[in-house]
Amino acid sequence: MDWNFIIFSLVKIAIVVGVVQGLVAYSVLAERKISAWIQDRVGPNRTAPPFAKYIPVLGPLLTRWGMFQPLADGLKFLFKEDFTPGGVKKIYFWLAPAVSIIPAMLTIAVIPFGSMLGHQKMVIADLNVGILYTFGIVSMGVYGIVLAGYAANSKYPFFGGIRSSAQMISYEISMGMSVIPVLLIVGKLNLSQIIGWQSTHGWLVVYAPLAFIIFMVASFAETNRTPFDLPEAETELVGGYHTEYSSMKFALFFLAEYSNMVSSSAMMVTLFFGGWTLPFWGLNHPANSLGMGLAQILVFLLKLCFFMVVFIWVRWMFPRFRYDQLMDLGWRRFLPLALVNILITAIVLWLRS
Amino acid sequence: MAITVNRKPLTFWEKLYLPAILGGLKVTTKHAWGTLFQGKKVTMEYPEQKWSVPAGYRGAPYLVKDQDGNTKCVSCQLCEFVCPPKAIRITPPGDSGLKADRANAEKMPLEFEINMLRCIYCGLCQEVCPEEAIFLQKDYSLVGLTRKELIYDKEKLLALGGVSPGIQKWKHKLEEAKEQESFPVKT
Repeated sequence: MDWNFIIFSLVKIAIVVGVVQGLVAYSVLAERKISAWIQDRVGPNRTAPPFAKYIPVLGPLLTRWGMFQPLADGLKFLFKEDFTPGGVKKIYFWLAPAVSIIPAMLTIAVIPFGSMLGHQKMVIADLNVGILYTFGIVSMGVYGIVLAGYAANSKYPFFGGIRSSAQMISYEISMGMSVIPVLLIVGKLNLSQIIGWQSTHGWLVVYAPLAFIIFMVASFAETNRTPFDLPEAETELVGGYHTEYSSMKFALFFLAEYSNMVSSSAMMVTLFFGGWTLPFWGLNHPANSLGMGLAQILVFLLKLCFFMVVFIWVRWMFPRFRYDQLMDLGWRRFLPLALVNILITAIVLWLRS
Repeated sequence: MAITVNRKPLTFWEKLYLPAILGGLKVTTKHAWGTLFQGKKVTMEYPEQKWSVPAGYRGAPYLVKDQDGNTKCVSCQLCEFVCPPKAIRITPPGDSGLKADRANAEKMPLEFEINMLRCIYCGLCQEVCPEEAIFLQKDYSLVGLTRKELIYDKEKLLALGGVSPGIQKWKHKLEEAKEQESFPVKT
C-alpha cells in the first residue's frame, strides 16, 4: 500500500464527488430552465444573495440565469423541518434515503472521466470488471425506493415502491443484455479499455446502434425519469415513494435521482460515445500534457451534459407510460430485441474472424 | 347502452413510437426556440411589468382633490354608512373643528381612514358620494408588512387619489353666491 495511491485516490474522490454534486445541483436548475423554455416561460430568474446586486455586470446577469437558485434550494432543504410522520417504521425510514443515494454515488467510481493528468489515471477505481460493478451497484438503487415505500406505512409510497421494483427488474435485464454486444465487440469489461478501443476504432454507437437505443431507454427507466416515472407519478401517487419524506431526507432522494441521471449519462458516454475521446485535434490518445488532460475531461463533461439535457428534454416530450405498457415494452419488446441484437452481433463477429 | 368506440389498430410504424418521438421533438424544440430566441414567452415579469388595467376597473378607493388642490370630501359620512364591510372610518371636524379648505364648503373630515384589508372594492362609496370625492382607482396590488400599514389615512388617500375635476359643484355655488351680492341679479 503506498501513500501516493491513497492520497491521490482521496483527492480524486473529493473532486469527483464535488463535481457530481455540483452537476446535480445545476441539473436541477437546468431542468427548471429547460422546462420553462419548452412551456413558453422564463424560469427562475430572481433568486440572488443580497450581495449579488453590488457586482457590476455579472451579478444581475447570473441572477437572470438563475445561477443562485440551486443554492437557495439547498438551503431550503437544509432548514426545513425534518418531520417523521407517526406510524412509520423508523429504522427503515431513516435508512431508505441513504440506501438510495449511496449506490447512486458509487457508480461514478469506475467511470473514466479523463485519460491522464500528470501521471494519474483520471478514474477513481480502474476495475477490470467495471461494467459488472456498475450493474451490480445500480440494481441496489431500487432497494432505497422499495424500502422508502415500505417504511412510510402509507398507501401511495407503497404503490410507488412496488411499481419501482417491478419496473427495475424488467428493465435491468434488457439493460444488461443491451451491453453484451458492446462487450462482444470490444472483448473487455474494463471501461478504460472500452474507451481505448473506441479511440482507435471509432465510437461504439456506430457499431451497435440498437444496443445504444435499448440502453438509453432502459436507463430512463432505471433512473425513474419520464416516460417511466411511475414510482413517483405525481398525478397518480401524490409523490410516490417520497411522499412522506421532508427536508434533507427528501433532498437525498432528489439528489439520488439526479446522481443516477449523471451516472447513466456517464455510462452512455463511456460505452457508446467514446468517453473522453474526440476524433480530432489529437484528443484521441491518452494525454501527455496537462492541458490535453484537462481538455479531455472537458470533452467528457460536455458529452455528459448533452445527455443530461436529453434526459431533461425527453421529460417534456412524452406522456407517462401506463403500468402494463411499461411491462410490455420491457419484457416483450426490448428483451427479445436485445437477444436478437446479441445474436446478430455474435454472428457478424464470427463471420469476420 | 354501451357505446363501442372503434380503435384503429396501430400500424407498425406507429408501434415503433418513432412518429410520436419526432412529433414531440418538433413541438418542444419549436417552443424552446421561440422562447429563447424570438421572445415568444407568454408570461409577464410581474412587479416590473404590469397589466394595463381596463377602464371601469374597480381597484382601491382613494380620495380625490379638485382642480384647485382642495379636498373634495365634505365629511357627510354617507360612504361610511354605506360601506358593507365597514372599511371606512371618518372622523368629522366637530363644532370647533377644521375649516374646509375651500370657500363655501361647510366642512372637511378631520381624519378619513380606509382599511384596505377590509375593503371589498364594491364601489358603493363611489356611487353614494354626493361630492364625487372618492373613486375606485386602478391599484390592485396593495402591499404592507403589518395590518396597521394597510389602514390608509387622509393624507395618503389624497396623495394617491390625485386630481379629478368632476362636477365642480361648489365652484358654481360660489359664483352664484357672489352674483347675488351685486344687485340687481344678472339674468
